[in-house]
Amino acid sequence: MSESLIFHFDVDGEDFTSAGQASVQVKKNLRRLGISPEIIRQVSIAMYEGEINMVIHAHGGSADVVVNEDKIEIILADKGPGIADIELAMQEGYSTAPDSVRSLGFGAGMGLPNMKRYTDEMTIESKVGEGTTIKMVVKL
Amino acid sequence: MYAHSVELDVSKCTGCTTCLRHCPTEAIRIRGGHAVINEDRCIDCGECIRVCPNNAKKAMCSKFEHYQHYKYKIALPAPSLYGQFDNLDDVDIILQGLLDIGFDDVFEVAQAAELVTEYTRLYLKTPGIKKPVISSACPAVVRLISLRYPYLRDNLMPILPPIEVAAMMARAKAKQEHPELEDSDIGLYFISPCAAKVSYIRNGFGKYKSKIDVVISLKDVYFKLLGAMKKSETESPTINSKSGMIGISWASSGGESSAILNDKYLAADGIENVNKVLDAIENGNIPQLEFVELNACTGGCVGGVMTIENPFIARTRLHSVRRYLPVSQNRLSGDMSYVPENCYSSELPEYTPIARLSENFSESMRMMAQIEKIRSALPGIDCGACGSPSCRAFAEDLVRGMVEDVSACKVMKKCD
Repeated sequence: MSESLIFHFDVDGEDFTSAGQASVQVKKNLRRLGISPEIIRQVSIAMYEGEINMVIHAHGGSADVVVNEDKIEIILADKGPGIADIELAMQEGYSTAPDSVRSLGFGAGMGLPNMKRYTDEMTIESKVGEGTTIKMVVKL
Repeated sequence: MYAHSVELDVSKCTGCTTCLRHCPTEAIRIRGGHAVINEDRCIDCGECIRVCPNNAKKAMCSKFEHYQHYKYKIALPAPSLYGQFDNLDDVDIILQGLLDIGFDDVFEVAQAAELVTEYTRLYLKTPGIKKPVISSACPAVVRLISLRYPYLRDNLMPILPPIEVAAMMARAKAKQEHPELEDSDIGLYFISPCAAKVSYIRNGFGKYKSKIDVVISLKDVYFKLLGAMKKSETESPTINSKSGMIGISWASSGGESSAILNDKYLAADGIENVNKVLDAIENGNIPQLEFVELNACTGGCVGGVMTIENPFIARTRLHSVRRYLPVSQNRLSGDMSYVPENCYSSELPEYTPIARLSENFSESMRMMAQIEKIRSALPGIDCGACGSPSCRAFAEDLVRGMVEDVSACKVMKKCD
């Protein structure tokens, strides 16, 4: 069993143009590891959605991708406003994104549902006023 | 083995690192004082040829004068040729020029492009196909997808590019007009604007073998044509162009996609932009699109490395060339509602995981950990002096055993 690999990224807040950079970088690294294209796509979509969420709602945060022999974990942590009702936030089409963001084509309320769809496990820990940590697992 | 078309003249290469830093697939290293191309990674985009300050890189092509053995020689000019000449608004003069320099007939690739446009419109209506459909006309893009975006392989349009359709039509026309000709008498000469098309023709596509016999460079033909066209200025051409606006528009970015008569399309050009768009499609982070046209060269085919004129000037010239032409001169026959069998290409490029460190996952993990460790000790300025395109690539080259030791880095801060 080899040691797990950790890739750490800081996600810049309020900058849509840089959102998605971490997911592109992770994609490159997973290709180097020889991970299958389907898994790479799952991880990069989940990460991309997570990055966008942190930019829209939380002024950025951090993303850690941990690659183990049997799974890939993605941990997204921010110190944003927190999610008041997680169940509601998980509903497709529900969004609290401001109009300014929606006019850019984001905030369709598909972020969290997509993250769940493309990963095998997803847990959300959130406290209003303190921040949110999302852990996702994609099995290899 | 994939036969490439980018050639290096070692005696001219100074090892200056310009190409190293521009190669979009990190296929170049400087070793032993000169550039070395990794053939597995090269997509023949021609970027290194374009940026080389010493003209040490060039695209390999056949010379017309070395391929004279065909009894009946047909020129197949790419429409980008029409944008190369100053003050020229009549394509017929160029076609006449081609006859005058020794071709027996000319078949315009733009004609076939108009049919491919019609096929594309039909194909887009096929139920159940993966959208957006990505154009397969630029071979550098097709190869990039096969090396880097395996998930998007099924999005590639499974229809032969205009060059191949033109080759079939040209041969059929020649045999009809000259029944006495044997197949081996007819030579089809494609006049190419870029290196990627040369490689495509040499290698074929999966099991598909190109129907072009000889590829000659647009640059090479250009100088011969200049003389011939001056001569024919006084006499009126005996040959008439059969291309319309659509076919000629394929030469520049946006021409192919705007012709599908559907506003849900995107056209991107320049290899960096192509990568960005492919990343966005892969992540599903793109609006609902029907069709995506991607060209590795800035400006589209008029930006190919074997063209003469700057792509923006060439594009402007094409505007005046096509101004008074009909929209299209090559249409499907009235009741045709399907793409002919022989224009389909079911061959998808095979995914080659070139980036993979090792076939063994645990070994890849171990190598990656080592790369990250070495990288953190490197200066991180990506100067290229070590001969690798970035500090990260240098770390990878060390771990892969392609560089002997870390002393190749001339600006090392610390290393343990």
